Amino acid sequence: MTDTTSNVELSDDTFRRHRLAGYLIAAIGIAALAVAPFLGIYPIFLMKLLCFALFACAFNLMLGYVGLLSFGHAAFFGMAAYVAGHAVKVWGIGTVFGIAAGTLTAGIMGLVFGAIAIRQKGIYFAMITLALAQMVFFFCLQAPFTHGEDGIQGIPRGTVFGLIDLRDTLTMYYFVAVIFAAGFFVLHRTVHSPFGQALKGIRENEPRMISLGYPVALLKVLAFTMSAAITGLAGATKAIVFQSATLTDVNWHMSGEVVLMTLIGGMGTILGPVAGAGIVIALQNYLSTIGSWVTVVMGAIFVICVLTFRRGIVGEILARTRR
Amino acid sequence: MQEILGVPAPLLFGQLLIGLINGSFYALLSLGLAVIFGVLNVINFAHGALYMMGAFVAWLLLHHLGIGYWPSLLVAPLIVGVFGIVIERTMLSRLYDLDHLYGLLLTFGLALIIEGTFINFYGVSGQPYAPPEILTGGHNLGFMFLPTYRAWVIVASLIVCIGTWLLVERTRLGAYLRAAVENRELVRAFGINVPLMMTLTYGFAVALAAFAGVLAAPVYTVSPIMGQHLIIVVFAIVVIGGLGSILGSILTGLGIGIVEGLTKTFYPEASSTVVFVIMAIVLILRPNGLFGRPRE
Repeated sequence: MTDTTSNVELSDDTFRRHRLAGYLIAAIGIAALAVAPFLGIYPIFLMKLLCFALFACAFNLMLGYVGLLSFGHAAFFGMAAYVAGHAVKVWGIGTVFGIAAGTLTAGIMGLVFGAIAIRQKGIYFAMITLALAQMVFFFCLQAPFTHGEDGIQGIPRGTVFGLIDLRDTLTMYYFVAVIFAAGFFVLHRTVHSPFGQALKGIRENEPRMISLGYPVALLKVLAFTMSAAITGLAGATKAIVFQSATLTDVNWHMSGEVVLMTLIGGMGTILGPVAGAGIVIALQNYLSTIGSWVTVVMGAIFVICVLTFRRGIVGEILARTRR
Repeated sequence: MQEILGVPAPLLFGQLLIGLINGSFYALLSLGLAVIFGVLNVINFAHGALYMMGAFVAWLLLHHLGIGYWPSLLVAPLIVGVFGIVIERTMLSRLYDLDHLYGLLLTFGLALIIEGTFINFYGVSGQPYAPPEILTGGHNLGFMFLPTYRAWVIVASLIVCIGTWLLVERTRLGAYLRAAVENRELVRAFGINVPLMMTLTYGFAVALAAFAGVLAAPVYTVSPIMGQHLIIVVFAIVVIGGLGSILGSILTGLGIGIVEGLTKTFYPEASSTVVFVIMAIVLILRPNGLFGRPRE
């Protein structure tokens, strides 16, 4: 009996310590976001990084916490970019509502795709999401509003409700940073909520969760919808930052890239996808001079990660410090 | 001119023929995927890249060594098959005890490496590859014109597909394979070299993909990206048919090819998406696929 109590006390204590560490990391993170543009890093590069980091975090909700590998997240990313771009440029509904429209579209797509894809598990789930995303790719190739091979170009950055002008790069950076922080916070809260714990339960032992009375299929679809919506948030923001939405964003290579980011950083960790996105984006930036060899390098990193480094960077650090 | 449902008959039959040809390639590739998945528990994302490699090896053999179509039909699959065996021995075999997803991720990385390398040397534009003299020309069947090479593609791939099916279903070696699919440990306990069998299975299935690539070389142009879209369609076909049976994947492959041909005739806008729509419908009605068995 005493043992159990002390265990509870111990876990309570670790819980408090973890919480303190969490606040500390959050404070460092926010401070880093605030000062990053003054450290000599290009704001455009930082914005790209933040968009992809949010993308990878949203993707990681499915892979890391539900254990389902989606190979079709580019569909949500790219489609949200198109919708936001079209809404802002052609309809002129303003930047914030444009991003919201993109996010909403991605969420609805996630709901539909999720409902279809969760009928199968594991490797089939990956193939199904990939196929559905390819369908979206062909839709984007043919639909008139996406302008096919040209994509949507010259999307105005606009203002935040007419109050803050986003044409200034530094202002735009802080706008993106706020979006990233909000999306990251929502994901973080989700993972640590009872809903998130139920998702982890599904990952570890699905039949048991079913027998405990959890609506497993519904939980999976909800998680997929949420992952898709936040992916859409990232994609829509990226469209505003770069003022364009193209077929690259919906291509399956993009789905592969986000898998790679999560794999390098460490799946199932909160900060892993952020680190992974940083590495992949930085690598693409530095390797841009060698042209299409980048694909080969990415493939090689994939192979090396899978063969020798499956926990990823953050996963490896966590595994070592916890021992 | 004769019309069927408002479409000129030669057009309809022409599209059906293209559908059958695409279907033959789908059948050869999904068959290989099914065999690999059955024995190795790996979904081979590199299958499209290896199909491309088969076509490219044939093209390279012709241009650098002057080796023609007929020898290439045997040599190119052999070369790619050996390449596959090296991949299986050095990389894939380390992942058998892990989650299946790692096999998919590894082969995805390999596909990027293979395709990226070929793109760097040969660009994305296609290289023409002429069919052998004896297979040029065609026959007028009265209702349509049948190019000889296309007829050969359909016949050759059907023979190979049925041959593979007989090999797996009717021979002793096939019986070992099927037993290994059910229970690897038990088959091993009977003194059968299962790891060797897995290596050879991968090599064989990869050679099938390369064979399809050589067959495809004169039909399409030989390009480093020729397998990129194909592999995703084949994935959808595998989901539609279910990975359970070899005959199932052959029939689904041919069937989807024909459906695509029909869609191209009657509603061309949907011809590249119809396979994915069918996949979604099949998943809703029969989640395990048309020929699949419920799995764990």
